[in-house]
Amino acid sequence: MRYLAAKTAAEAAGALAAEKGLTRILAGGTDVLVQLRSGMVEPDLIVDIKKIPGIRGIVAESGGFRIGAAVSGAEIGEHAALCAAWPGVAEGVQLIGSTQVQGRCTMVGNLCNASPAGDAVPSLVAANAVARIAGPDGERDCPVADIPAGPGKTTLKKGEIITSIFLPARPDRASDAYLRFIPRTEMDIAVASAGVSLELNADGTVKAARIVLGAVAPTVVVADDAGKALVGTNLDDGALAAMAKACEAVCNPIDDKRGTIEYRTKMAGTLAKRAALIAYARAGGSK
Amino acid sequence: MSLDEYTRREFKQVGTRVRRPDGVDKVTGRAMYGADATAPGMLTGRILRCPHAHARIKSIDVSAALALKGVKAVITGDDFAVPEDDFIRDVQENCMARGKALYDGHAVAAVAATDAAAAKAALKAIKIDYEVLPHVTDVDEAMKPGAPVVQAGRVQENVPKGYSENVTAHFEFGHGDMEAGFAKADKIIERSFKTAATHQGYIEPHACLASVTSDGKADLWCCTQGQFYVRTLCSSIMGMEASQLRVTASEIGGGFGGKTTVFIEPVALMLSKKAGRPVKIVMSRDEVFRATGPTVSSSSDVKIGMTKDGRITAGEATLRYQGGAFPCGTTEFGCSAAFAAYDLEAVRTYGWSVLTNRPKEAAYRAPGAPMAVYAVESVVDELCLELGLDPLETRLKNAARKGTKSSYGPTFPDIGLVATLEAAKAHPHYKAPLKPGQGRGLSCGFWFNFGGNTCVSLNVNTDGTVGITEGNPDIGGSRASISLMAAEELGIPYERIRTIVADTSSLGYNDVTDGSRVTFAVGLATIKAARDAIKKMSARAAKIWGIDPEAVEWKDGAAVPAGPNAGKFPPMSLAEIAAVSAETGGPIAGHYEVNADGAGVSFGVHLCDVEVDRETGATKVLRYTVFQDAGKAVHPDYVEGQMQGGAVQGIGWALNEEYIYGPDGRLQNPTFLDYRVPVASDLPMIETVILEIPNPGHPYGVRGVGETGIVPPLAALSNAVSHATGVRMTELPMSPPRVLKAIGGT
Ligand SMILES: Cc1cc2nc3c(=O)[nH]c(=O)nc-3n(C[C@H](O)[C@H](O)[C@H](O)COP(=O)(O)OP(=O)(O)OC[C@H]3O[C@@H](n4cnc5c(N)ncnc54)[C@H](O)[C@@H]3O)c2cc1C
Repeated sequence: MRYLAAKTAAEAAGALAAEKGLTRILAGGTDVLVQLRSGMVEPDLIVDIKKIPGIRGIVAESGGFRIGAAVSGAEIGEHAALCAAWPGVAEGVQLIGSTQVQGRCTMVGNLCNASPAGDAVPSLVAANAVARIAGPDGERDCPVADIPAGPGKTTLKKGEIITSIFLPARPDRASDAYLRFIPRTEMDIAVASAGVSLELNADGTVKAARIVLGAVAPTVVVADDAGKALVGTNLDDGALAAMAKACEAVCNPIDDKRGTIEYRTKMAGTLAKRAALIAYARAGGSK
Repeated sequence: MSLDEYTRREFKQVGTRVRRPDGVDKVTGRAMYGADATAPGMLTGRILRCPHAHARIKSIDVSAALALKGVKAVITGDDFAVPEDDFIRDVQENCMARGKALYDGHAVAAVAATDAAAAKAALKAIKIDYEVLPHVTDVDEAMKPGAPVVQAGRVQENVPKGYSENVTAHFEFGHGDMEAGFAKADKIIERSFKTAATHQGYIEPHACLASVTSDGKADLWCCTQGQFYVRTLCSSIMGMEASQLRVTASEIGGGFGGKTTVFIEPVALMLSKKAGRPVKIVMSRDEVFRATGPTVSSSSDVKIGMTKDGRITAGEATLRYQGGAFPCGTTEFGCSAAFAAYDLEAVRTYGWSVLTNRPKEAAYRAPGAPMAVYAVESVVDELCLELGLDPLETRLKNAARKGTKSSYGPTFPDIGLVATLEAAKAHPHYKAPLKPGQGRGLSCGFWFNFGGNTCVSLNVNTDGTVGITEGNPDIGGSRASISLMAAEELGIPYERIRTIVADTSSLGYNDVTDGSRVTFAVGLATIKAARDAIKKMSARAAKIWGIDPEAVEWKDGAAVPAGPNAGKFPPMSLAEIAAVSAETGGPIAGHYEVNADGAGVSFGVHLCDVEVDRETGATKVLRYTVFQDAGKAVHPDYVEGQMQGGAVQGIGWALNEEYIYGPDGRLQNPTFLDYRVPVASDLPMIETVILEIPNPGHPYGVRGVGETGIVPPLAALSNAVSHATGVRMTELPMSPPRVLKAIGGT
């Protein structure tokens, strides 16, 4: 196994593209190192991206934020403006692990580890976040929603790395929220989760809603109909019930040690409902 | 029973919260645990485990593994002689399969190599031809005729016909006329329950280092609750004389009963013997879950009759326990404990021990009792609810007390159940208001406790300090308690005493640290060893003073003349006597050896409040109070720790912990991610109330406290959740999906 601390994104992409064997990118390492230790993967090349200039910074851009791929959960939590604009995104990444894990883990690592239960992903997708990708053929942008391809799989091509995530500008009366269900209160993996991003009209009714569910399908799912069920309402019980039903309709979970199909499905609706209410209150809506 | 040991006294040091002797080492990482042992030339041992629930081993080819660079030895079950004794053979076969692998994770071969990478490569190179066999992991399924037979020929004579050969033993306890008892009842409730297998969840995985020399001597360093018992098992399995095998126990990162037997030690010894070099084996967490000894899973039926005013007229329980692939002794304990808290005219408990394709169960804190008491206390609670009775008053009305003929035979001497129930009744927790959606649960619990073989040496050093050598690994603070009791008896400060845990060559046989026995039995032996030393020191003083040894008394840490007739001499302190010991007859030491009885049973009562989220099925524990009789709390911090720890393990058992098997019979959750012990943020502060009803069988009144605390939580939680939701819960764990389904949420 070789270890390379790349000094530029191009160097990282080049080395990854050239390697014939198995590769892994080392961001926080909170997935990779655990997998290495347990013998789950035996990579031939590990490329550490943390030395690439700018990759650990958060910068304002076009009214939104560009977050470097190696920014840790704790650093996101300490960025007041980002947390104010995108509290749901911030709480997703901050739910990962414990204080120790927060000092290392990244949103991009969470996204590219490609677990259907990754806590950072639903809110990013709900936020219409865009990933900037460096690869052997140069740079491209891709919606975060299009990155996951299935458990452990992404749509990134050989040699490609994500260098940053862009969160767009927020209009007034907009906010988001993320909730997951775990049987314990921490150090656990989501049985189901929901990220909800809302934009309100001046009269407090919902103008736009994007609802994304985690751990209920091979990748996160955007529940379009669930979002539509909220538009024009002020989250009355009927709207919430319709939204929950629409969430249940798009679930395609597995039955396993962490939860049954029926339980996960039910939870998706319940969590979306609760997250929607939080996002609504944060956006200034009142019932 | 020796029930005349206790004499009332005013304690000067016992009962204080002195500083723990192992604390600094543990928080600074200096303490030496099982995996910290090293030896020159040491090899890495690794174990190959069967990936099937049940499989015949048709052949094992180790030649490719042996040919690898760095590989020094490979062993299989055939390297071990077949022990004659059934029990020893079970232990050996559990450490390494012979002919048939009986559960997912069962060891089938092992290697020793110069490093971990070579050992791993060697495991991969071993070729095994398995014939996969049908399997069974559920206790009720395993009992049915026609179920896959895990092991043939293990059925005891008293097992009735009509069951699968997996049913190996049947028990029956009780007294009284059941029919007449139930006839007197105004209300009878009969219910069936299930509990999942749980693991002790100790933080430290098993680890050992074995060194067998070419002249047949061996040393073994390991993480265990009982080095002497490890010696017994390993010397029997290896065909060695006990004197030639020295076993040293490391510091221990938790055991809770799970480290009372061997899993890797015979394997390391055999590898070392074959390789001619020391071999170290450290289990991974995956191995700990799959191949050590979780507790039994159970299925049970309980029927209890009660009068309108709350008197229990008859109680009957049938308990079916599966203890994995080998005969299990836990069922009998469960049967004995089920109704122990009650004074009953008619009571019967039936037990069934069942084989399944799961790892061989090991002890887990009050083995067998929590699941039995869970079922009984759930039905008592439901009767109270149906009859509109106060659950605490009803338990007081039926409580076992001094003179009660217990459900398992003996008549109780002084016991603390009534006092414990009264304490719960008087506590503000019992009357605190609850909000809608919240529920309060209550349960009694009981454990027998144990004494056993014990041997202690107490050495008086010439500088006036004292060294105590005892033979039980310190799991719950026993070194502090032992030093405290010696300090009390000798009349010297606690800080002047150091207690160490000796290896098997340094002391007579000591039973395992189990049965909540150490503070009781080692404490008793320590007090007696101190008295022996005091007698000797008094004789030395007498010699110096030129008076009769009988004319000397021991007071406040010094020899004094007993009364004016003995002569007028200033007191001689322990330090003064010790300083001149070379001139008065040589070193001074006290000893005591005993097979202690009179351990004194211990009762506890737990109260808990929960809130259930009706949309997710999640249970939040809001408040939890433990009331328990400690006889005498030698070091209250540790006693409270035991009570809190038992409660927390019980909460985990009740809410989330379970061994989950797939349809393929393989364990689905051998990690702490998916085997969910409670984390700190799941719990409220566990409040504790220590009762002290002296045990007549101990000089200071001590009773064991380590196990009773895990008995009540299962029912306390289940009763609380049942009250919060309005639906009676009958299966553990009460995981969110199960609760949501039970209350009709999915
Ligand atoms: C104790 C503990 C608790 C945890 N709790 C949670 C939890 O509650 N919720 C949760 O969702 N996860 C949890 N995790 C998993 C893990 O912490 C998260 O998935 C984390 O976000 C991974 O980020 P990382 O930077 O450490 O990724 P790494 O381990 O460095 O990388 C993860 C994967 O992403 C790839 N990758 C990393 N960076 C890039 C990049 N820039 N471009 C392309 N590919 C990349 C790597 O090749 C690798 O496959 C936990 C882990 C631990 C050890």
